[in-house]
Amino acid sequence: MGQEVMLLLGTRKGAFILRGESDRRDWRLDGPHFLGSAVHHLVLDRRDQKTLLAAAKPGHLGHSVFRSEDGGAHWREAQRPPAFARAESAQTGASVDHIFWLAPGHADEAGVWYAGTSPPGLFRSEDGGNAWQEVEGFNSRYLPGIRSHIGDVPGGAILHSICVDPRDPRHLYLAISTGGVFESGDGGDSWRPLNQGVAAEFLPDPEAQLGHDPHRLVQHPRAPDRLYQQNHCGIYRLDRPEERWRRIGAAMPSEVGDVGFPIVLHPRDPETLWVVPMDAAANWPRTSPGGRPAVYRSRDGGASWLRQDTGLPRAQAWWTIKRQAFCADAGEPLGLYFGTSSGEVWASADEGSSWRRLAEHLPEILALEAA
Amino acid sequence: MRVTVPSPLHDYTEGRAAIEGEGETLAALLDDLDRRHPGLRFRVVDEQGRIRPHIRFFVNRQAATRLDQRLAASDELLIVAALSGG
Repeated sequence: MGQEVMLLLGTRKGAFILRGESDRRDWRLDGPHFLGSAVHHLVLDRRDQKTLLAAAKPGHLGHSVFRSEDGGAHWREAQRPPAFARAESAQTGASVDHIFWLAPGHADEAGVWYAGTSPPGLFRSEDGGNAWQEVEGFNSRYLPGIRSHIGDVPGGAILHSICVDPRDPRHLYLAISTGGVFESGDGGDSWRPLNQGVAAEFLPDPEAQLGHDPHRLVQHPRAPDRLYQQNHCGIYRLDRPEERWRRIGAAMPSEVGDVGFPIVLHPRDPETLWVVPMDAAANWPRTSPGGRPAVYRSRDGGASWLRQDTGLPRAQAWWTIKRQAFCADAGEPLGLYFGTSSGEVWASADEGSSWRRLAEHLPEILALEAA
Repeated sequence: MRVTVPSPLHDYTEGRAAIEGEGETLAALLDDLDRRHPGLRFRVVDEQGRIRPHIRFFVNRQAATRLDQRLAASDELLIVAALSGG
């Protein structure tokens, strides 16, 4: 590690930034920004290492996107936030409720960003997040044909996990909860489902092509043909050009199970990943199983898993960790961070071997990105 | 005409609760307010032209639920940020 680490927190009541020294021992909390607004995602543009984009939704007003070029000291609102096209009938036309996901575009496409919304929609900006346009190949041409397979999750159906292939800016993956994983090879003009082998226990057809509930999809930055997903129905791995996902969560301890929201990859090793199991028994409390939170790590692509809970509470900790609230930095050894529904930030500076709390008493944490 | 705006919109009005605008309909007035205070309209009316769920308009203290409602220059518009939960 040689540089400061920034943890970008989106919470139900605003955004915060935790700034850590290069040794990741001392941290300073900055914020709140957008106090009173739900901030579903706060993301740094890794291409310029300067621009921050925030997706904010106040309690009363419509959503918007805000941009900062000075580390959050000043924010400027997008002139044209993501919005669906005006329908012939205003009664039936879709309206963006909130922006759930922000993703910088390809490294060679400076200023390009993607946004995923609720209800599901895919939007693109080519000017650093100031003006947003619909990706018509998805919103207007593909989405209407699969709409009957899209279902609401609490808070409404969401489009998330937008992945841009580092080898090809026109090769895109995304996920919809519920709806499934989808792929485009032509910059978003056309799309196809990519859900073979994924269980959907809430659907009558075990081989359904649509309607799945991917909680989080990730693509390895150095091995882009390696995809993982944490799904409502297990943990999966796919090695393209294969089409059929393998349930690697089957190797998790049966008393813990393989249901959770987030999944995090080691940026330098496609075989190493982390998940955070949650209780999916009976009526799905979605809390730490038994009130004992733990991270599980695999170093062999999901063939085996190791429980990592040193430093985490031993009992009566009923957290939920949202799909975008667990992340890694780029350090050596790798730093891991997660935010909880109870407003705590936890960190590991040794790849999950031990954990300590960096912050508490924050609002419910919706998103946490390391930059 | 005089328009009273709620505190969540004060970022668009330089902190003022009372602003001025013109328009023969509520829609035209909102367009005019958006020219004077860019971004304000989208926060209270969605892309389909529907009033957002937690926003209420009152013209001369009477609820206005349609943007095509006609207005007179002497009318007063009150924009209210209604209850939105905890």
